[in-house]
Amino acid sequence: MKNLCAKVAALSLVALSGLSAHAVEVGQAAPTFNLPGLLATVDLSNFKGKTVYLDFWASWCGPCKQSFPWMNEMQSRYGSKGLSVVAINVDQKNADARTFLKDTPANFTVAFDATGQTPKTYAIRGMPTSVLIGPDGKVLSVHNGFKDAQREELEKQIKQALHL
Amino acid sequence: MTKTLLNILAITSLAWLGGCSNLGQVNAWEKGNLAKPEMTFESDPLDQRFVQHIYGSKENSSGGYGVGGGGCGCN
Repeated sequence: MKNLCAKVAALSLVALSGLSAHAVEVGQAAPTFNLPGLLATVDLSNFKGKTVYLDFWASWCGPCKQSFPWMNEMQSRYGSKGLSVVAINVDQKNADARTFLKDTPANFTVAFDATGQTPKTYAIRGMPTSVLIGPDGKVLSVHNGFKDAQREELEKQIKQALHL
Repeated sequence: MTKTLLNILAITSLAWLGGCSNLGQVNAWEKGNLAKPEMTFESDPLDQRFVQHIYGSKENSSGGYGVGGGGCGCN
């Protein structure tokens, strides 16, 4: 009887834990990933020592398209200062992502995650979502969405992270 | 004895049912189909905004139609 109760309680805990995934929090170590990329495999651990602007995007997402020229700008402006822009595409059809990239060039690292495992670990709530990761691999800030008015604020955060 | 067991079962089955609440959830990265223009009620984006604005003010609620903000899953 006691044994049964324990089992039931354990199962309920498992059921309850399925209710919500925990979002990445500031100060927490950024979950690592290894994904196929545009040029080569993209592994977050290879970016240790660099400040990473990690962006989750999809071809069907309007604000993502707006963010691409800005991310190109950030990469060219702060790339030499230690910034790496890494954009993870979450399209279920890879062809959609590649068509998007033809119209909207990306001069930064692009990775593909059709399974959605990475946005799941990062518990992404909206598209696009960006996560700023420090050289020590810890999350500095999380930003949901992209609006032209937020460019300056986001750039300020990047500059702060790079100690500029 | 049986009563306690039944009580425990009733309470835990509630917790188990909670797990079902997750079944219908569409995650932010899975909204590719919902973001298609044919998934909206109105064909004209401006008209759609107008209609939704009125609906929002009258019903004091918003959301539940496609993906808000031009394909952004954040609204």
